[in-house]
Amino acid sequence: MAFKGTIEIDIQRCKGCSVCMDNCPNKCIRLSKAVNSKGYRYAELANDGCVGCASCAVVCPDSVITVYRVKI
Amino acid sequence: MDTLSDIKKPENLVYGKPALLTDNIMHYCPGCSHGTVHKLIAEVIEDMGIQDKTIGISPVGCSVFAYNYIDIDWQEAAHGRAPALATATKRLCPDKYVFTYQGDGDLASIGTAEIIHACSRGENIVVIFINNGIYGMTGGQMAPTTLIGMKTSTTPYGRDPKLNGFPLKITEMLAALDGTAYITRQAVHTAAAARKAKNAIRKGFEYSAKGIGLSFIEIVSTCNSGWKMSPTDANRWMVENMFAKYPLGDIKDVLK
Amino acid sequence: MTEKILMKGNEAIAISAIRNGVDGYFGYPITPQSEVMETLMKEKPWETTGMVVLQAESELSSINMVYGGACCGKKVMTSSSSPGISLMSEGISYLAGAELPCVIVDVMRGGPGLGTIQPSQSDYSQCVKGGGHGDYHCIVIAPASPQDMYDFVDWGFELAFKYRNPVIILADGIIGQLMEKVELHPSKPRRTDAEILAAAPWATVGKPAGKERNIITSLSLDAGTQEAFNRKLLAKFREIEANEVKYAGYLTEDAEYLLVAFGCASRICEAAVDMLREEGIMAGLLRPITLYPFPEKEISRLASRVRSMMSIELNLGQMVEDVRLAVNGKCPVGFYGRQGGNVFTPEEIMEEFKKFNNLK
Repeated sequence: MAFKGTIEIDIQRCKGCSVCMDNCPNKCIRLSKAVNSKGYRYAELANDGCVGCASCAVVCPDSVITVYRVKI
Repeated sequence: MDTLSDIKKPENLVYGKPALLTDNIMHYCPGCSHGTVHKLIAEVIEDMGIQDKTIGISPVGCSVFAYNYIDIDWQEAAHGRAPALATATKRLCPDKYVFTYQGDGDLASIGTAEIIHACSRGENIVVIFINNGIYGMTGGQMAPTTLIGMKTSTTPYGRDPKLNGFPLKITEMLAALDGTAYITRQAVHTAAAARKAKNAIRKGFEYSAKGIGLSFIEIVSTCNSGWKMSPTDANRWMVENMFAKYPLGDIKDVLK
Repeated sequence: MTEKILMKGNEAIAISAIRNGVDGYFGYPITPQSEVMETLMKEKPWETTGMVVLQAESELSSINMVYGGACCGKKVMTSSSSPGISLMSEGISYLAGAELPCVIVDVMRGGPGLGTIQPSQSDYSQCVKGGGHGDYHCIVIAPASPQDMYDFVDWGFELAFKYRNPVIILADGIIGQLMEKVELHPSKPRRTDAEILAAAPWATVGKPAGKERNIITSLSLDAGTQEAFNRKLLAKFREIEANEVKYAGYLTEDAEYLLVAFGCASRICEAAVDMLREEGIMAGLLRPITLYPFPEKEISRLASRVRSMMSIELNLGQMVEDVRLAVNGKCPVGFYGRQGGNVFTPEEIMEEFKKFNNLK
């Protein structure tokens, strides 16, 4: 069984710590070029490799990541 | 094939911010382990359905403001004294879940007497111990848990045992006390580690309701600001250096 | 008829706590007050009223147990003696800063340092003026008999909850160790959970979903918030000063000379007043029962009518500073004290009184 997933990031609360990027098994998160209202570059999806494993969200210290997943 | 916006539907939600975390933006530095541990505690309280029965006790240190983030009743203790507050709270309200949240300076330095005697008396409380080897809030001074050679603002040339003594493995000390039921050391730097840490926290809460003694969950953590590293470098440094002195895993479980 | 039992002042504290519905006592042994916890342990109130009694590892811990228990809206107390109160001072400041009700008994001994285990009144300044850090007051009440020790426990909790403020029962080694008949008033049950929530809606006993969470803290990093809190405390202290002053006068109304003394010293001064009166000297005694709030209006009123006042204390002269402030130059103010556990006799007081007032 395979999964496809995606994440939604609350960019104004993201502090750009990058711990999510380090934990993504498919390397599909990157830091934005733009900054949020606090001046942080924030996490964003880099490609369509997300399988909704939630590893990024589990380690996110600021709980800014919501994870969705469907079976395909 | 679904488009990404098609996937973002409530029925496909697999993970999000727990309801018991408030909307307050955490004051912690980017990548700080405190936020992750707060979230795990909120998840455990939510999963167990014990919001109305749980009282948290926050320390002096960066996590003094823990009460701003988890939506339960909180008491804020003087530096090191949280186990004394928890002792009285649990004894006077025995049907409640009572936990303390303490850093290494709070628990292993100024509050050594309070934690040792709460453990020794077998108080039916949960203690969450954040060990990042440094004083975060006051600006990165040496903690009892600072590693040999580690640079802090009060050990600018590295911790020297001749000058500063040795790192204190207080968790192993507490495991030797008869009043403790469950003693474990965890981390939250990876998803797998965080999930294990959450299970440990849940076990601690469950044990505290069984009346079999104190549960103690150490979380080896990073203080990337104090360590002067990026959050991801701090995680790697922790794995390479902190885990050697503070190895992860259960140290004591009286029900096993 | 009310039951009367012969007991020590320290025992009266313990028996009163059990009979007046106190929820918890947390203590650490120290002379001359160890009978408080010993009596509680012997009585085993956890089997009758459900009261929690716990011997802590230090006074630091016992006062912080009091803090935790008070956070739950429970009636909690501790007792100690002078060096122990010094250790508790951090916790007392936190209790005041978090506006928590509790009762702390100080059975004073001589100091400074380890000092002596003999009775003294040398913690007046420590307890009345603060002791811990920051702008705060404890309400301080001074018993002069084992009966007072019994009665002040319940009165102390009444004040503590009325104002959400720590209350200190400032006793001394004499009152703690003295045995007298004590009337045991009808007992009061411990409060139910519902009664606690009604009396202390701020209590941290678990937050039902939908209700705002209760947070008990003494931290406010914002200068404006902290100042607003300090001024809120000031308003509370002004209210306490307006409403709760208590004192006892002995032959004050026709007195030409006044002695001022609290606690055990007031009993000895009463005898000295009687002896002076026998010699035709019109002496009287004012005994402040509340040390904070201090009976400054009464002292000021009497100061305009008497020739002099003299503060008699078992210390180097602590309350006398408050007497002088209240008198504000209206009459001469003298002081006589003994230290180190020595206790003055009525004759000694009479002699010092005459010396100060140039009487034969």
